[in-house]
Amino acid sequence: MSTNSNEPLLQITNLQIEGFSDERWHQIVKGVDVTLRRGEVLGLIGESGAGKSTIGIAAMGFAKPGCRIHGGSILFDGIELTTASEEQKRQLRGSRIAYVAQSAAASFNPAHTLIDQFSETVVEHGINSREHAYKDAKELYKKIRMPSPDDIGFRYPHQVSGGQLQRAMTAMALSCRPDLIIFDEPTTALDVTTQIEVLMTIRDIVEQFNTAAIYITHDLAVVAQMADHIKVLRYGETVEDADTRTMLSTPKEDYTKSLWAVRSFAKETAAPAPEAKPIMRVESVTASYSRSMSPVLIDVDFEIHRGHTTAVVGESGSGKSTTARVITGLLAPQKGAVYFDGDALPPSYRNRTKDQLRQTQMIYQMADTAVNPRHKIRDIVGRPLSFYLDMHGEEKEKRLRELMEMIEMDPDLFLDRLPSELSGGQKQRICIAKALAADPAFIICDEVTSALDQLVAEGILRLLDRLQQEFNLAYMFITHDLATVSAIADEVIVMLEGKIVEQGPKTEIFSPPHHEYTELLLSSVPEMDPDWMDRVIAEREEKGGMIAAGN
Amino acid sequence: MNDIVRMLIQRISLGLLTLFVVSLIIFFSVSLLPGDAAQAMLGQSATEDTVNALRKQMGLDQPLHTRYFSWLGGILQGDFGVSIGNKREISELIGGRFANTLFLALYAAFIAVPLALVLGILAALYRNTWYDRSVNVVTLSSISTPEFFVAYILMLFVSVKWGFFPSLANVTLDTPILERMYRTFLPALTLTLVVVAHMMRMTRAAIINLLASPYIEMAALKGMTRRRIITHHALPNAWAPIINVIVLNLAYLIVGVVVVEVVFVYPGLGQLLVDSVSRRDLPVVQACCLIFAATYILLNLIADILSILTNPRLLHPK
Repeated sequence: MSTNSNEPLLQITNLQIEGFSDERWHQIVKGVDVTLRRGEVLGLIGESGAGKSTIGIAAMGFAKPGCRIHGGSILFDGIELTTASEEQKRQLRGSRIAYVAQSAAASFNPAHTLIDQFSETVVEHGINSREHAYKDAKELYKKIRMPSPDDIGFRYPHQVSGGQLQRAMTAMALSCRPDLIIFDEPTTALDVTTQIEVLMTIRDIVEQFNTAAIYITHDLAVVAQMADHIKVLRYGETVEDADTRTMLSTPKEDYTKSLWAVRSFAKETAAPAPEAKPIMRVESVTASYSRSMSPVLIDVDFEIHRGHTTAVVGESGSGKSTTARVITGLLAPQKGAVYFDGDALPPSYRNRTKDQLRQTQMIYQMADTAVNPRHKIRDIVGRPLSFYLDMHGEEKEKRLRELMEMIEMDPDLFLDRLPSELSGGQKQRICIAKALAADPAFIICDEVTSALDQLVAEGILRLLDRLQQEFNLAYMFITHDLATVSAIADEVIVMLEGKIVEQGPKTEIFSPPHHEYTELLLSSVPEMDPDWMDRVIAEREEKGGMIAAGN
Repeated sequence: MNDIVRMLIQRISLGLLTLFVVSLIIFFSVSLLPGDAAQAMLGQSATEDTVNALRKQMGLDQPLHTRYFSWLGGILQGDFGVSIGNKREISELIGGRFANTLFLALYAAFIAVPLALVLGILAALYRNTWYDRSVNVVTLSSISTPEFFVAYILMLFVSVKWGFFPSLANVTLDTPILERMYRTFLPALTLTLVVVAHMMRMTRAAIINLLASPYIEMAALKGMTRRRIITHHALPNAWAPIINVIVLNLAYLIVGVVVVEVVFVYPGLGQLLVDSVSRRDLPVVQACCLIFAATYILLNLIADILSILTNPRLLHPK
């Protein structure tokens, strides 16, 4: 290209972006500088609301609806994007600056095939013919090791898996061989085993084509693998800026250090010795969603004891949530049974008594959708009190306040608010209070921390741990995050394709020898070491064949 | 493909079931009316004996359910019975009339549907501009005005004052097609004005609704033009709601034309229905109602099927 390689490809200075909400403009990015040279990868890291994604797409001269770039300069290869015409920016997008979105499943148009969406950019920007683009797509698919690269492009987005879609989107970003690619949390929604495949693809591509990239994520271990430089953001401002190794070994700012220390939480007290009778026993359950379909759970058998946390891990589709559905009676098993405290539960929740229902409660991943947005906190938490325990009036009010104290939220301040007035972590706490209100013995936590920032998630884990100590609760903790598992679990169940492949005490599962799949799962969790991925790739290539297991 | 076939069979059987229920409702609610066909034919002055004799002859002395099944059986063989008014076969009476109604509906649809789609897409493309607002104001005012009023206004200006088109849409079976289109232009225009707003607003809403989805943002970030984003990325995913509203309006064009047909004295099924009601010609009323119901159900069935078929997830299963 025209510029010499010492000039920065992208130079953002004093970027200011505003967002419109509550009838006025708020500053969401407050003067951030970015310098990026060809072939460099910059990691943008921070919690939600830090302005990472907003800065990322601002590098394309784009502001999300309801936002505006209102100050500073964005200089891309000599073109000032803040003053460029819409048409000028449109011609850059896709052809010279490409974007890879967080959810490929939502960002591919469901009405067109993958390869058509790939070639669209090439054809519409007048770079090459459709035939040429098709050929190129197939070559790229091959290069990033997509299965059957000659045919997969002719499928529709819903016909391929999430990891494959994310890789197809990376390939699509490359269709015009751009100078810069913005990766916006490209692996956040993926399982660890799939994540490592996508990370490898991205890194290969960036190296092969000498593409500059901005890599946005909230996962430090991931950014450590990908970036040359890391910029830590908070509330739309730069906290710290350094090259990756320096940032990891000697972070300067307190906030950066606190981010680095997040994964330090670990359950302190050991679980009590298991009682003779398990509180929940799932006995050789086989289940499917319809008679004609193959079973999604095959001979699942485990027990959970009072005061213990059992983590259920596995990829999406491994049957973790289905197991929860069988336990709660939402899905009647075809074979096997569920026992609570030694007594068999009726297969369907419709036939269970109110007391049986009360004993098992659930906390969900999306606190947002689990609470009625038009109900006050008082009604949300109060409902189980009156429904299960027949509490009313003063007694109920007293209990409500106790519950709020338990979840460390001031009852005077929060009882009369609506869910929309709370933060994500506070909403999840309300869901915990709602579960506790029924006074259960057994709580199913379905990915309860996955949607939360790490600092907030840690607070939730601490709270759950404390409540377990106080009330001798049993938890079934469904998660795909192995860091969480090692922090809080007593027992671990590893699931794959509807079967339990391994189960036992945490220390046993986490120390070798592992089952082959557990090994793959454990070795796929990124570590805070910039050399981790190279090491894993080398190890796997030695063993051979392991990489393909992710498909 | 198996899923689709199964779904089609399911929809079609549901449609038939609905039609059966509707036929029950039509037959039994008409039978609740005081008096019967025999009385209506012979008039007030007839003696009880003559009326009874005619009842026997017409089978009206049979119990209600027997009459229902013989009525239904006849219809299944294309026999709707005999009109009381002029003793002619109802099927004969209805045939030409229904063709006229269909002609008018299709004529209006050929104007209204493309117009609504284009206006709707443009309104989505230039949303919140003066164009969008004025299209909304015009179409909404036309839908908010009763159709007979629209009809009389058009008649007054286009026909009486300026003399472009005739105010009476009197056609016969052998009127040539162009002459027919000329004569029925005003009723078709009236119907167009009535249905266009609904379809146009639904098209606009369906597209705007999709504009917030991540794949539309992705298309913008791929540097696609606004026009391409709307026609290539939003529209293919908006078909299901648009088809539904189009077909609903087509059904309205056929079933809801009663008033317009009467105003323009157009020999369609709607006018026949109104005449028969005033003459208490109950067999004809029943037949017209059933035909209207069948049309309505059939069109909605088509809408259902089309919106299933435009869903790529169903068309290209895993």
